[in-house]
Amino acid sequence: MNNLIKGEKHDWEMVIGLEIHAQVKSNSKLFSSSSTKFGSSPNSQVSLVDAAMPGMLPVINKYCVEQAVKTGVGLNAKINNYSVFDRKNYFYADLPQGYQISQYKYPIVGEGKVTIDFKDGTSKDIRIVRLHLEQDAGKSLHDQNPSKTYVDLNRSGVALMEIVSEPDIRTPDEAGMYISKIRSILMYLDTCDGNMQEGSLRADVNISVRKPGDEYGTRCEIKNLNSIKFIKQAINYEAKRQIEILESGGSIEQNTMLFNTSTGKTRPMRNKEEAHDYRYFPDPDLLPLEISKEEIVKIKSSIPELPDELKNKFIETYKLSNYDASVLTAEKQTSDYFNETINSDSELKNHAKIVVNWITSELFSLLNKNNQDLNNSPVSPENLGQLIKLISTNEISGKIAKDVLGDMFSSGKTARQIVDEKGLQQVTDQGEITKVIDEVIAENPKMVEQYLAGKDKLLGFFVGQVMKLTKGKANPKMLNDILKQKLNKKN
Amino acid sequence: MKIDKNTINKIARLSRIKLDDKESEDYIKDLNSILDWVEQLNEVNTENVEPLSNISSSILPKREDVSNDTNSSEEILENAPDKLEGFFAVPKVVE
Repeated sequence: MNNLIKGEKHDWEMVIGLEIHAQVKSNSKLFSSSSTKFGSSPNSQVSLVDAAMPGMLPVINKYCVEQAVKTGVGLNAKINNYSVFDRKNYFYADLPQGYQISQYKYPIVGEGKVTIDFKDGTSKDIRIVRLHLEQDAGKSLHDQNPSKTYVDLNRSGVALMEIVSEPDIRTPDEAGMYISKIRSILMYLDTCDGNMQEGSLRADVNISVRKPGDEYGTRCEIKNLNSIKFIKQAINYEAKRQIEILESGGSIEQNTMLFNTSTGKTRPMRNKEEAHDYRYFPDPDLLPLEISKEEIVKIKSSIPELPDELKNKFIETYKLSNYDASVLTAEKQTSDYFNETINSDSELKNHAKIVVNWITSELFSLLNKNNQDLNNSPVSPENLGQLIKLISTNEISGKIAKDVLGDMFSSGKTARQIVDEKGLQQVTDQGEITKVIDEVIAENPKMVEQYLAGKDKLLGFFVGQVMKLTKGKANPKMLNDILKQKLNKKN
Repeated sequence: MKIDKNTINKIARLSRIKLDDKESEDYIKDLNSILDWVEQLNEVNTENVEPLSNISSSILPKREDVSNDTNSSEEILENAPDKLEGFFAVPKVVE
């Protein structure tokens, strides 16, 4: 694969690393009992701890620690028995403490890796440096008033997992696949809801460019991107900007950048000269976090099947292709839906490929058209299973089944009800089909002649006529067989 | 390590504290004498001694993940010099 960008004198290679901030799915905050609910009225979920009132002390949320360990296991990473919380000091209006409690030298999770799969069947490992727990800051609204910034502290103190990758990523697409994979793992583990729009998952992107084979160049960091589309756009823009500077003889200044989502451009943040002096030191309010081997074993045993395992299982059990299996497992709701559908009738196991097709093409396109999600699909897995069973047992044809599915989608009725009510059962009575075929043959002597003279294509015409007369309900295979038999007898 | 005028100015800026010349001089003297005093610890041989992260030997206390749904926004905003519709209002900070 060619990952290089054409330059004036030589090709350039991007070197990209991601810091992903994933909000821990928990009821209460990392160090206080305030709710983490999204979209509540401003400052309604702020305890005295979150507002950094003097004398307040943080008490760690046990569940958040477990979620971080779980995620570490899902990232094939080393879990550290001993980790330390540090204060990262900086001043900002939405950070009432004047510091963020984070982990610096001793994070809870160490080195790991995730695998991304390309369409052409190849794959690549992206190494993880670490995962650490930290507090989120509050939210600032800058555009409500010309001279004021409004601050909402509801998010202040919510638990985040920061997942840092090695600079193993080489293209914007790889960056997108990497964050999708992390999102998928988090959602399978149920440790983060993966909602990028609400900011539950966002990323800082570190990017530099180099002549292939050279040392790493000077990097810039683009802050706070909350969609895969923006991540790709920002990387493309920033790489181009850096290449232009280097090719005109300049050098890259290490900088923290902001991405403007409406112009698609990056620009440097102000106050950069002080931005990196965080004066980390261990938080004297918190003892080191120790996790016993037994606790880790217990958490490991609670981990559900992850996308890669599930993918291999689907390939093995149902003889699906790597592509089909990866489409099914990319999102947990899809693999859950598939599992429920295929297990709704023992017969369906022998028709796994048909089940995949009905979910990933027919049902998905109906959901897309109606702006709906698999989670609230009007067609339940059991009902879809019933429909597929009707196809596999030849009760209805695949073509009619598409109409039935549309009907199920809008009316909420079961496949059985619709087929019975509208009399859509396939005609599988040999006598009945033969009768219609005889009729068609008798009415079209010229066509029969031409067919017999070698115009094989005319078979389609006869099939069409029979289907028309049976309103599409004749079993196609039987129709074909009998029709050929009949026509050839004429010879 | 010696604290000079540049260092003291940097620390003051990072801490958002404004110092006049007289105050800077005083702090340079104070901080240097503190550092000199701490410097004495270097005389102790600490080879093969694990760094001490906390003087208490107890285990980090943890809480269950239970949220209390008390809305304390009025209390929280009580001391705010400026507020609007439940938000803190601060001088514009735009990056």
